[in-house]
Amino acid sequence: MLKILKYSLFDLVRSNWSIAYLTFYLLVSSSILYMNGDLTKSIISMMNVILLLIPLVATVFGAIYMYNSREFSELLLSHPIKRKSIFLGQYFGLAISLSLSFIIGVGLPFIFRGIFGSPQLSNFLVLIGVGLILSFIFSLLSFFVALRFENRIKGFGLSLFIWLFMSIIYDGLLLLILIWFESYPTEKLAIALTLINPIDLGRVLIMLFLDTSALMGYTGAVFYKFFGAWQGILISLSSLLVWLILPLYLLLKYTKRKDF
Amino acid sequence: MIKIENLNKAYKKNQVLKDINLELEKNKIIAILGPNGSGKTTLIKSILGLVIPQKGNIIFNGQSVIGEWEYRNKISYLPQIASFPENLKVSELIALVKDIRQQDVEDEHLIQYFKLDEELNKPLRNLSGGTRQKVNMVLAFMLDSPVIILDEPTVGLDPVAISRFKSLLKEEKAKGKLIIFTTHIMSLVQEIADEIIFLLEGDIYFQGSVEELISQNGSSKLESAITNLIEKSHA
Amino acid sequence: MGDVLRVGKKQAYQTITQAINNSHPGDSILIENGSYTEPNLLIKHPLHIIGIGFPSVENQDEKEIITIESDSVNITGLLLKNVKVSYINDFAAIKVNGQKHCIISNNQLENTFFGIFLKQSKNCIIRNNQIKGNAKNEMSSGNAIHLWYCKNIQVEENQARNHRDGIYLEFVDNSVVRNNIVENNIRYGLHFMFSDHDEYMGNIFRSNGAGVAVMFSKFIKMQNNQFEFNWGSASYGLLLKDITDSEIINNVFKQNTIAIYMEGANRVDIHKNEFKNNGWAMKIYGSSMYNNINRNNFLNNSFELGVSGRSDSNNFNENYWSSHTGYDLDKDGIADVPYRPVKLFSRIISKIPSTSILMRSLLIDIIDFAEKVNPVLTPDNLKDHRPLMKTIDYDKN
Repeated sequence: MLKILKYSLFDLVRSNWSIAYLTFYLLVSSSILYMNGDLTKSIISMMNVILLLIPLVATVFGAIYMYNSREFSELLLSHPIKRKSIFLGQYFGLAISLSLSFIIGVGLPFIFRGIFGSPQLSNFLVLIGVGLILSFIFSLLSFFVALRFENRIKGFGLSLFIWLFMSIIYDGLLLLILIWFESYPTEKLAIALTLINPIDLGRVLIMLFLDTSALMGYTGAVFYKFFGAWQGILISLSSLLVWLILPLYLLLKYTKRKDF
Repeated sequence: MIKIENLNKAYKKNQVLKDINLELEKNKIIAILGPNGSGKTTLIKSILGLVIPQKGNIIFNGQSVIGEWEYRNKISYLPQIASFPENLKVSELIALVKDIRQQDVEDEHLIQYFKLDEELNKPLRNLSGGTRQKVNMVLAFMLDSPVIILDEPTVGLDPVAISRFKSLLKEEKAKGKLIIFTTHIMSLVQEIADEIIFLLEGDIYFQGSVEELISQNGSSKLESAITNLIEKSHA
Repeated sequence: MGDVLRVGKKQAYQTITQAINNSHPGDSILIENGSYTEPNLLIKHPLHIIGIGFPSVENQDEKEIITIESDSVNITGLLLKNVKVSYINDFAAIKVNGQKHCIISNNQLENTFFGIFLKQSKNCIIRNNQIKGNAKNEMSSGNAIHLWYCKNIQVEENQARNHRDGIYLEFVDNSVVRNNIVENNIRYGLHFMFSDHDEYMGNIFRSNGAGVAVMFSKFIKMQNNQFEFNWGSASYGLLLKDITDSEIINNVFKQNTIAIYMEGANRVDIHKNEFKNNGWAMKIYGSSMYNNINRNNFLNNSFELGVSGRSDSNNFNENYWSSHTGYDLDKDGIADVPYRPVKLFSRIISKIPSTSILMRSLLIDIIDFAEKVNPVLTPDNLKDHRPLMKTIDYDKN
């Protein structure tokens, strides 16, 4: 697996896509830092960018990469390696290259602005952590979808739908549910439903660590009590891990019986 | 060397291979022929383990290989489409295959043979289709495997490269290898194949030498012999 | 002029109690630097009590240190320490019981349950005292400066920290609270209850449970104060509850969870204030009517305005709203379209608090945008008809 990972990483970090993605982050984070002039606010602005773009870009990248490397995957499959190793290697190569662009593109401007040694460091690290996890999850989902559907239009469509669903539609449903049960205390329900969606979970984690919880009044205190305690953090992390492990497991199971 | 027993493969309701039984012996060049969609590629991919059959068995050197992967150490494969990671250099791609195979590799000779010295440090996205096919060839032939499987090997090659390829095949055969290939170019078959397996709608419609095929179908040329064969099947 | 009585190790009087017992009305008692542990110092006639180099004074039972029961008493230059928390008595470092013309200035108070406590007193001055408490929770803590049934009191240039309330006024009229720094108090920085015709200006209220609470009061003037960092799940910069006919002018509200929260506030003029980086700039709740909110700067607040119930009789005019994206074709400095400071999401959040989990999500941005383009659910007549295109520079003096 490591051999495949190494070469797909070699391939991907040199691609124009990765370089464009890196440049994009450099530009966006530098200009956000420049315009806000303040680390906390910049982190909030970056949060909005990251929650929108990372899932989208990871989705698009994942599908493109899978479809483009289809024939090469066949060549690799004809060699004496386990299927598992090939696809794990390719997936991790993809996810790591996305993560590298992200970390460097966001990290450099913030380091330059003195994020180390600032009290915002921990918040920044939460931001980076959320970005990384979302990169891994969404590239995995679209990688899987693209492997599953040979028809590119179907594969892209479904991947983008997953993105759209998690980014917006899910929140819409969540809002409707909360409105529906208006007369009941719905704090716990809101927490439970947030735990399911990695984008929402990432957003809430960043927000709470930035002390936005105070804005939410009593409810915020309830949320903070949950997510701020180590059980809450543990549950959040487990939920994010489930989003990685379950699709990975299904992917590997699927590759065993797939015809190429 | 390779024995195929009652091999069945269907994609959904489309039965692509119907109860195929075959024995492929070493020291032979075998051409798998047939019209589009007759199951050639599926048969090859079954041998390689890329396609998983619903029924039947594939025995390689006395061992069933369904679901196995180590046996592919003994096989070199040249895929039909030479598509590689765009941003790798030719030399890195060769290194990758070496890295995977961990066996004796004779690449320098082949690189010179196909005149690829100058291309080694170029990224693959900058190569023409023909050059990529040559790289494809190097990747397949640099491994000293007892079985070589080639899917449409001559596509995109220039005449010089084709003639080099032919002599390469003969050399490999001389080493006692089993070479299996598919093609649509009958002159190639006539020139190098020892045996023809003709597939039609998932069945083996004919198996035998070029001469047998020609004599059975009453034509001096392979091409028209095959045309006759197909027409007979529709009759 | 009266006599001067000196207290100190080498002086005629070794203890303050002795000096007070031997004093006559109008005398001065000079206390040299040192530590004095005394019984309750009860002052029954006019006196000047002056500390030199902040002598420290404690009550031997950690009860009330000084009790004033005479008019015209001055207390200055003392370091008063350690008054025990009591759930029965409001022990203070200095208590004035029903007197006039007292001056309490330049003292330092440390860890006193109540700091300076004026009861039914008039015409007193509390100036330049530094009061630092040790409050842990509301139940077991007292206020730094506590006024009850008083009139014409001036509270100025004091620093009040770590108490329950920094400055507390109950039934206090015609008084002024000026230029104080009030920080880190667990309940309110400044707290008005049933007090009328008062003013407070030039104060800084920082990091208190809530900056200032004005309740059941009328005719209060609030000017040139800074309300900062009053941040927490139940924090306000300024909390107005059942108050009428008041003015809030030229104040700065910075990084408060809710800069101004009003409930039952009527005829309050809110002019020329700056609201910057607050969670909510204003929440106008429960029958608040006829308030005028004009010429304020609203800069980068997460939510600008939250309302509940009918609040259409409040008047917004010529404010600057940083999230307004209006245009001004006629170049008169006033945007050509009215601005609605109430976002749909802020209404949803007020009604169903658990929806706040969706804050800063893409969905909410989309919903707010859609509502802005085509308002359906936000109150139609709640708008600034003349929103400004540029921030207002006001004379901050």
